Amino acid sequence: MKLTELAIGQIARIASVEESPFKEKLQEMGCIAGVLIKPILKAPFGDPIAYELEEYTLSMRCNEADSIVVRPLDPLFNIS
Amino acid sequence: MSITRKIVLAGNPNCGKSSLFNQLTGLKQKITNVPGTTIENKEGSYKVGSTQIKLIDTPGTYSFNPKSLDEKEAVKVFFEDIPPQTILYIADAANLKRNLFYFSQLAQHNIPMVLALNMLDIADFKGFEIDIDRLEKELGIRVFKINARTGEGTDAIKKALAEEQFVPHYAFGSELDHTHETHYDAISKLLNKTTTLKSKRELISNKIDAYATHPILGYLMFLVVLLVIFQSVFTLASYPMDWIETGFATLSELLSDLLPDGWLKRLVINGLIAGIAGVVVFVPQIAILFFFMGLLEDTGYMARVSFIMDKMLRGLGLSGKSVVPLLSGAACAIPAIMSTRNIENWKDRLITIMVTPLMSCSARLPVYTLLISMAIPSTMIFGVVDLQALVMLAMYVLGTVAALAAAVVFKWLIKHDIPSYFIMELPIYHPPRWNNIWINCWQKSLSFVTEAGKVILIVSVVLWFLASYGPTAESNLELKQAGKIEESYAGHFGKAIEPSIKPLGFNWKIGISLITSFAAREVFVGTMSTIYSVGDEENFEQIREKMNKDTDENGKPIYTLAVVLSLMVFFAFAMQCMSTLAVVYKETKTWKWPTIQFVYMTALAYLGSWIVFNLFQ
Repeated sequence: MKLTELAIGQIARIASVEESPFKEKLQEMGCIAGVLIKPILKAPFGDPIAYELEEYTLSMRCNEADSIVVRPLDPLFNIS
Repeated sequence: MSITRKIVLAGNPNCGKSSLFNQLTGLKQKITNVPGTTIENKEGSYKVGSTQIKLIDTPGTYSFNPKSLDEKEAVKVFFEDIPPQTILYIADAANLKRNLFYFSQLAQHNIPMVLALNMLDIADFKGFEIDIDRLEKELGIRVFKINARTGEGTDAIKKALAEEQFVPHYAFGSELDHTHETHYDAISKLLNKTTTLKSKRELISNKIDAYATHPILGYLMFLVVLLVIFQSVFTLASYPMDWIETGFATLSELLSDLLPDGWLKRLVINGLIAGIAGVVVFVPQIAILFFFMGLLEDTGYMARVSFIMDKMLRGLGLSGKSVVPLLSGAACAIPAIMSTRNIENWKDRLITIMVTPLMSCSARLPVYTLLISMAIPSTMIFGVVDLQALVMLAMYVLGTVAALAAAVVFKWLIKHDIPSYFIMELPIYHPPRWNNIWINCWQKSLSFVTEAGKVILIVSVVLWFLASYGPTAESNLELKQAGKIEESYAGHFGKAIEPSIKPLGFNWKIGISLITSFAAREVFVGTMSTIYSVGDEENFEQIREKMNKDTDENGKPIYTLAVVLSLMVFFAFAMQCMSTLAVVYKETKTWKWPTIQFVYMTALAYLGSWIVFNLFQ
């Protein structure tokens, strides 16, 4: 599923980042397949969204987040 | 004999890089221009024994493949003729993985490196433990624990930089494979060997964000912050501005006693001193505004403002990152335009540059103050708000609305294939690092004085000549003896353009002032005082009285409400600032954009004034 489809607080693992003019930027910022990501905060009007990515907070527009494919972790895993 | 070692300081944004730079070099810093570009690097130096260390600070960068202009300048230093002897890389220990990505790219260039780990207290709070010895062994370079805020551990770095250092030998990728994935993979492996996570605690930052980005509270908070800033700019700045004015007045009195009568005296007093005073008097307002902007950026709050404003600004062709330039524009468009360098998208950046001068800058303030006092009575509305203050506020709103509207138009006009994006770190909140804020404020104010100062000074001298001399000997005599400015070159220009500004309600006297205020808007007040032969420039009372008494050939007053409002709208929209145009040229590297800016703003001013004049006539 797409990164934008995650609910706030739902942890997922990045599966892939689609080709786009900002793919390189996303990767540099740490959006790499296998990394854990969690939406934590929505701006007013729901866009952009801030994500907890490893050890820091990265914000991006929904347009950019749509290019990131994620696999949500097992809900049991989410309790932590 | 002393040796000089060239060291480059590199690292991600928000990792304490400026603090470390300030700790290492103290106030021995200068801003240097890379030849042929607008690019600026900060350079500082210190001495260890007989070794001179030249430390070059670079803007915070996330990668070696720069996206924005300020990242491009960061990378440039590695390609200079003499490569640096050592790279001092500073990393945020609480966010080591991403911080080591840029490190991993720099590590491939066969340049010795030193790693400084900062923010260990936050890493510790988050439950991270870093095995420094192991990290040194794996990387093959020296690693230092520091606290850039207190200066702890920086002495050891000072000494280390005077010695030969090592090239990192850790393999972040292979000869053929340097994708982002392999680098991040290698970093993960490195961190698995060298760090342990004991516990996980939530930072207070996330709790603050619940309020700072709240749909109602978030905007309310921003509004309150803005009000506090503008209130402080006006009230706090008025004292030093008074001192500066008195100081320059005393200086010109002193010089007029010292210098012999003649053209030199007039040039120095009415041209040079008046020009310099016109620049320096704005420094307090600009410095206070930059102090607050620095405070908001340093604490991390500005990133939240960009975050909550992005969606709205995007619709207007701007981005969340346009907030800082637009707000700085309320002080002065020159540093504001220079601060657009961190906007990655060319179109977003260009639109921000094009509309920022419409924001009401501090040079418009004295003009508004004079004009408002002429036409608007100081009565209380509903017993709480002064009508004059309300009109002043309206002028700020007018400028902001015009800037946003112009952005929408440019959004449609400028064609650009690369879509805009907004990918931005939300740094954790910090208590303010006062030292950095002061230094930043000082350097920005200084760059205003030098950038704007040069142009304003030259133009002031030229305009002084145009206003002091006329085409013929008789006119020069008239000028000297009767102070008849209409006999000067400027007066002739004013009369020449009178037909074209008549539809706006302006006569040739206003025409002269419009021409002279192209040096800088506030020159308007000075010119008016010259035209109406008021000795003391700052005496609004006298200028206002004389202007209000002025009548046309039919005996009707010239400065009616319609004319004054029309004039205010003209000043709100017109591009009357040579220094700004010069900066736009430097930043866009073509005359195309400053020309377009000049034409569209002047057209907007003409149209706006014409409408207002006819509405109130």
